[in-house]
Parts: sequence; C-alpha cells; structure tokens
Amino acid sequence: MSAGFDTLLYKELLRFWKVAFQTVLAPVITALLYLLIFSHVLSSHVQVYPGVSYTQFLVPGLVMMSVLQNAFANSSSSLIQSKITGNIVFVLLPPLSYVEFFLAYLAAAIVRGVVVGLGVLLVTLWFAPLRVEHPLWVAVFALLSAGVLGGLGIIAGIWAEKFDQLAAFQNFLIMPLTFLSGVFYSIHSLPDFWHRVSQWNPVFYMIDGFRYGFFGAADVAPEKSLLVAGGCFMAISGLTLALLKRGYKLRR
Amino acid sequence: MSAALEVRGLVKRYPALTALQGVDLDVAPGEFFGLLGPNGAGKTTLISILAGLTRASAGRAAVMGFDVQGQYREARRRLGVVPQELVYDPFFTVRETLRIQSGYFGLKRNDDWLDEVMHHLDLLPQAGKNMRALSGGMKRRVLVAQALVHKPPVIILDEPTAGVDVSLRQTLWRFIQGLNRQGHTIVLTTHYLEEAEALCGRIAMLKNGRIVALDSTRNLLDRAHERCATLSLRGDVAGAGIAGLAPQGEGAWRFRFERYEELEALLARLRGARVAVEDLQLARADLEDVFTRIIASA
Repeated sequence: MSAGFDTLLYKELLRFWKVAFQTVLAPVITALLYLLIFSHVLSSHVQVYPGVSYTQFLVPGLVMMSVLQNAFANSSSSLIQSKITGNIVFVLLPPLSYVEFFLAYLAAAIVRGVVVGLGVLLVTLWFAPLRVEHPLWVAVFALLSAGVLGGLGIIAGIWAEKFDQLAAFQNFLIMPLTFLSGVFYSIHSLPDFWHRVSQWNPVFYMIDGFRYGFFGAADVAPEKSLLVAGGCFMAISGLTLALLKRGYKLRR
Repeated sequence: MSAALEVRGLVKRYPALTALQGVDLDVAPGEFFGLLGPNGAGKTTLISILAGLTRASAGRAAVMGFDVQGQYREARRRLGVVPQELVYDPFFTVRETLRIQSGYFGLKRNDDWLDEVMHHLDLLPQAGKNMRALSGGMKRRVLVAQALVHKPPVIILDEPTAGVDVSLRQTLWRFIQGLNRQGHTIVLTTHYLEEAEALCGRIAMLKNGRIVALDSTRNLLDRAHERCATLSLRGDVAGAGIAGLAPQGEGAWRFRFERYEELEALLARLRGARVAVEDLQLARADLEDVFTRIIASA
C-alpha cells in the first residue's frame, strides 16, 4: 500500500468532515424525527420481541439505515462531484493503484456511515435505552453493511455521468432496499407475498443481523444474515475492483 | 539516458473517430518542446495517454523510459501535468490542495518545497484561502503548482495560459524557463504561437491525429522563405497596376516576396509610376505563418 492511499483516505474524510452539518448532523436529525414520529404513532400498537418496546426495536433499524445511506452517499457523491467538476484528474494522475483507490473510497464511506450511525445511536438512546447483547455482531454487521453500500456508492459514482442518474440510482434502488428491509417493522408482520419479497432483499439481512446484536433475537438466524452480508460485500467489492481495473468511465 | 518522452505508433480510436493515427515522437531530457495543432488535432489525447488518463488502442508511450501502462507508478512519479480545464476541489484551501496532491505521490512534510513553488507563482498570500475564493488566474497558478509538488523531471503544460492575463503569463514563463534551465523537460501546448516560438527549442505539429511537422523551431521558421514588406505609399498606386501589392488600408500595402531582387523590382516600378515610398518595414514569416501553411497543406 503506497503513502498515496493514506492521503486519499484523509482527503475523503476531510471532505465530508468539512461539511459535517450536511453529512453528519442532518442525517442524525432525520433519523431522530423518524424515531419520534413512528414511535409516537406505533409504540402502543406494536411489540415485536418480548421485553423490547417498539421504540427500542426501531433504534437499531434507524441506526443501520443511516449507516447504509450515508456510506452510499459518501462514495457516490464524492465521485460524481469530482467527475463533473473535473477534479477527479488529481486522483487519476498520481501513482495510485486501482486497489488503493477502491480501499480509500471504501474506508471513507465506512467511516462516514459508522460516524452517522453512532450519532443516531447516541441521540436516540435518550428516548430508548438499549442493551447490547452481542457487541461483536453489532460491529461486524455495521462495518460489512457500510462496506456493501460504500462499494455500491463507488459503482454508482463511476457509472453516473449526471447528478440525476445518481439520484435515480439512489431513489429507485437504495431507498426502496433500505426502507423495505424491516427498519420499521418485523417482516413476520407482513403479508406472505411481501414477506417472501423481503427475503430477497439483502439489506433486510444486514438490518436483521445488526438488530440481533442488540436484542439477541432476530427474524432469521444471524449466521444466515452474516452469510448474505458477507457474500454481498465480496460480490460488490469484486465488481467495483473489476470496474476500476478496467478504468471504466474513469480512464477512457 | 532514456528519452523524457517516447511515443511509438500510438493509436487512439473512439467509436466515432480516430484521435491518434500512429504517432511517433521522442522528446529528449531537458528539452523545451512544443506540441501544436488546431483544435481536435489530438494534442490532449496524446497528453492524456502519457498521463495515464486515457488508454491507447495501440502503440506504446513511456516517460523517462517507464511504460505509462506497465510501469505506471514509475512513469507517473516522473510526470507533472497541468490540465487544460480550470478544475479545482472546492472543499480545500490552496495549501491543503497542494499538501493533498503531494501526499498522493507519497510526499509528506514537504512544505518547504510547496512554499517555494507558491512563492514563485505569487501564491503565498492565497495559501490559506479556499479554492472557490480565488480568481481564474489564481486557480490556474494552483493548477501549475499541483503539477510540480513532486518535482517531476517531465512537465506537460496543456494550454496553461489560455485566458490568463499578461502578468500571470510572464510570472509563469519565468518560472517554467527556470525549471527548464535546472534540467526539467517541458512540453507545452498552446494556441499562442508567439509563446511557442519564443520558448520552444523543438516543435511538433499535429493534424487529424498525425504529426505533420517535427523539427527545431529554427528549422521550421527557415522553411518559410517568404518575407513580407509593409509599405506606406503616396500616389496613384491602384492606377500604376503593380501586381503583388495587397492593400492594408490607410495608405499601407503589403508585398510578399522570397528574393530581395523582387523587392528591388517593385521599388523600381513604384518609382516609374511616380508613387512615393514614405515608409518600409520588413518582416520574416513567423511561426504563425509557418503553422498556417503546414496545417493547410497537410
């Protein structure tokens, strides 16, 4: 790994930190609003796991949703901005390998996802105190899932040539996947058709496994969720690396 | 010693056009080399391939002996490129921009060199300012500084003075000439041909992806045997019916010739026609004339 990797990672971290109001604080506030509204409306009607209130159930889902969306947003927005303004050239001219390029953008996406996730966890804890049954599962699912969406963000950032193409990727793929994944409910409460559909959504497994880390209970076996999240991470990373190696839409 | 730049049979095909059609070129270490051509000639494509921004369809290119694909790390460490477009990262200050660019090349804690580059480009007062706050000229200076952070032996400037004021041009060329005297190889593309004529020891002209002329600037200028006389005349010039005199307005006429005997004959005819010569200025063809002629005939 060359020293250029450190700098690219540092630059990506500095980039989102300089606009932390937009990149950290805003998603934390959004998640808090979700919590206040949904818990106010549903807390007296829904109990998913014994001894776990709906508000408590909601918190890990919101944390993971924030991790996923912000990991995706970090790598995708950085790349599309750099491509459109043309300053991507500063990263392409130095002697950085495609692996270093990938790892730096991926690591920065994971850091932003985790920072926002921690922020959401901290502010929501005040409303719903949580215990963490399996901290290692929590950490593994947070990192793996942020990695999957960070990698997807790199693919979207490379592929998109206009902001509206990226917005389409975000609105028609990422948003449905994250919203229809059991953030706000257990998939056991869904009609049979949607229950089956949800089982094809990899984000469901990421959120379910993450939630298992908090409550020691989940909709599916955590090992299965780990397998799905790990498999997705490997697949997305492999695809991203293949695109970067080819120079797809970067080195024409 | 390896050539600073070595290009062999370079071809770049796009779906709709072939931007380079087999370019061969060598630039020796320490040269100040000009790459000229009309828009769409393939200059930027050639530079992009050398910089690793574009992949060639065929042929090879090397920087200081290192293949730009197979040995890209070594090649890119030895190359600094000032891109044509005025691009910048709006998140950072000038100093942050240069430190980050430096870090990409594995160079950390080299503020002394960064300060020196900023000093030579009159950028030190701007060091703490965000890139967005700079004028176009200042942004252009930062682009030049970014290309120099790793002290590359080969520097390519792709139209660095497009749209910038006289002050920046002078500052920039003083600095670049200084770097050239220290042994850096400079490759310049520009549409300001007087700059190329004044600075470059050797010039390649491209048209439609092919090199149509490659020679020393002196030899290229000597290729144009034609000279030009501008005369201020008083009298009935039109009535005298002298061939070869082209009106320039306000009593001025232009006469192009290759041998001075032709000029003597013209003056004799003017005397015979009782046309007085009030002023006479002679000029050799400049690079622009040579360029125009070569590109038109290629």
